[in-house]
Amino acid sequence: MNQPATARNARADTTPYVEDVVRKFAVAALFWGVVGFIVGTYIAFQLAYPALNLDLEWTTFGRLRPLHTSAVIFAFGGNVLLGTSIFVVQRTCRARLFGGDAMGEFLFWGYQAFIVMAALGYVLGVTQGHEYAEPEWYVDIWITVVWVAYLAAFLGTLLKRQEEHIYVANWFYLAFIVTIAMLHIGNNMAVPVSFLGVRSYGLFSGVQDALTQWWYGHNAVGFFLTAGFLAIMYYFVPKQAGRPVYSYRLSIVHFWALIFLYIWAGPHHLHYTALPDWAQTLGMTFSIMLWMPSWGGMINGIMTLSGAWDKLRTDPVIRFLVTSIAFYGMSTFEGPMMSIKSVNSLSHYTDWTIGHVHSGALGWVAFVSFGALYYLVPVLWKRQRLYSLRLVSYHFWTATLGIVLYITSMWIAGIMQGLMTRAYDANGFLQYAFTETVVAMHPYYVMRAFGGVLFVLGSLIMAYNIYRTIKGDLREEEPYESPDGLRAAAR
Amino acid sequence: MGIINRHKIFETNVLVLILGIFVTVIVGGLVEIVPLFTIESTIENVKGVRPYSPLEQVGRNIYIREGCYVCHSQMIRPFRDEVERYGHYSLAAESRYDHPFQWGSKRTGPDLARVGGKYSNDWHVTHLVDPRSVVPESIMPGYPHLMRHEVGYPDIAEHLKTLRIVGVPYTEDDIASAMADMKAQAGSGADTAALLQRYPKARVGDVDGDPARVTEMDALVAYLQVLGTMVDFTSFDPKSIER
Repeated sequence: MNQPATARNARADTTPYVEDVVRKFAVAALFWGVVGFIVGTYIAFQLAYPALNLDLEWTTFGRLRPLHTSAVIFAFGGNVLLGTSIFVVQRTCRARLFGGDAMGEFLFWGYQAFIVMAALGYVLGVTQGHEYAEPEWYVDIWITVVWVAYLAAFLGTLLKRQEEHIYVANWFYLAFIVTIAMLHIGNNMAVPVSFLGVRSYGLFSGVQDALTQWWYGHNAVGFFLTAGFLAIMYYFVPKQAGRPVYSYRLSIVHFWALIFLYIWAGPHHLHYTALPDWAQTLGMTFSIMLWMPSWGGMINGIMTLSGAWDKLRTDPVIRFLVTSIAFYGMSTFEGPMMSIKSVNSLSHYTDWTIGHVHSGALGWVAFVSFGALYYLVPVLWKRQRLYSLRLVSYHFWTATLGIVLYITSMWIAGIMQGLMTRAYDANGFLQYAFTETVVAMHPYYVMRAFGGVLFVLGSLIMAYNIYRTIKGDLREEEPYESPDGLRAAAR
Repeated sequence: MGIINRHKIFETNVLVLILGIFVTVIVGGLVEIVPLFTIESTIENVKGVRPYSPLEQVGRNIYIREGCYVCHSQMIRPFRDEVERYGHYSLAAESRYDHPFQWGSKRTGPDLARVGGKYSNDWHVTHLVDPRSVVPESIMPGYPHLMRHEVGYPDIAEHLKTLRIVGVPYTEDDIASAMADMKAQAGSGADTAALLQRYPKARVGDVDGDPARVTEMDALVAYLQVLGTMVDFTSFDPKSIER
């Protein structure tokens, strides 16, 4: 009943893997991550100090916000997912990437072209007006081509594997690739006005468009930002901790439950709207059930450390990975709670949602990515270890403090706005004008922006550390308490 | 555990695994989304809802281009405070010609579902160019470029045709007069009787202070001024749309 293709024996063989492109994905992820965090922090300051919109059409919040969300989700997250999946699928299958180096290069440059086309569009005002699916039809078609190639590369590698069993991380990667393809096509059906122009009109309108969009939108979270990153957890946590995955059974049960339940959760973005009630209630019910498989994944990830808890103290890379799983557990509790209609009536339309998204995006997605990148860089560039573990630790604490500032200020701002808009005075009149909520939120917007600054600082520390590691430098450092921990961190 | 042993087939056969995944993930969407297209009660039949006039549609495209939806919702929920603040709760029918829907997800600024007719054209122009000159607390960006840019829609008829393909009931007549309607609504001085017959309640007149030009400001304000005004709620009976 052991996990058959354990990560452990993956390094023992001599298959020449396609690795050059994984190095490129790692560098691109870091680059886009820093860009995305900086844009995010800038627009956070815009909300506190609107003069920063500069009265220019290209720099308004409305155009930069999609730039930020796409840069962090699709550029940073996407490069991490593509890079790690190509790395993991080859090693856990003991097979070279299907399509070889040429396929890898096509995926890398094709994906970067998608990012650049989408980003240019946002700044110039080319958008479909669907959150997280803003790119227009020509970009949608291009990414579909790249994605089909990605699916072919991944499936092809699985098909020629030398291991009998497909490792659990690959189930999650495959579910992510297949489902994102389905969602992308389903949500982007549009008719271009002209094949020489950029504008198109979507096939659906009003209420049907709303549900299709949030079926897509929530599962961009569920499959891009969750299933894909759970795959990263299932490979990199056991590797870095040097322990097997906690429970094989749990991974089976939570995998199927997670991918089945997630798809239903979209309507919780549309509570009390003109969407029919039955769909809202269905969405809420499945969102609450989703709590269980989510925590199944959290338990499986965290308990993988059992017997190696000391590494939390001695290995800052493990600290990133474990903290990410803790944030995952927290956001996947908060999410179902916010999907309850009565809670949602307060939280919807407020910054509570923004805080929730960032506890998941910064705490879970970014931290597990940082952990994976810190593991990968010395392996990919064949360095003895990272340049500095102290810097990893500084990154960890700066970023964690940033996240805490971010989410607490958004909790306060969101709940406050929700309560203020529904407050009545003694005479039965609405107590606050909308503008009064805007004024009340200002201090929290400033606080949030400083949280963002800390997160950016952390990522710059990381970029420096990775740069020195790639260069081949080693910083002379006092080892953390246990020499074992140091060795684990280097591998 | 017999069931767990049987899981081996998914772990050793790629095609079974991918098929299993696909079947598992498609169910939820099918059950929730498909009925919306087939159940008649999804969208009520409400009098007054009409396709957007060419100028309003262009304004709507500018609204989308500038990302207004990231800070403004267009969906009033049926709560006492929202109805008092913004007006009658939104009906599904009111966004039936919205490709795409713009219900939004965040209120950094107030809801706009019924902003039409609440402020004068002049207020909108001043506010869009410099929001803090009329609302000191506002954190909205200024959009002075809307005054500078002329509406570049030589292919407005093509836009209406495309919208007809995706289900908006524009007639041949609507499409043929799209360009003339756009200019007339922006206050060119042309006769607007035909326009108003095609698009009742369309707000006619020059907005930007220059009747000779159709600017993006003309278009955006025409769109904002029609938002939420199509249905006459003084004579609207909610019981008429109950299932």
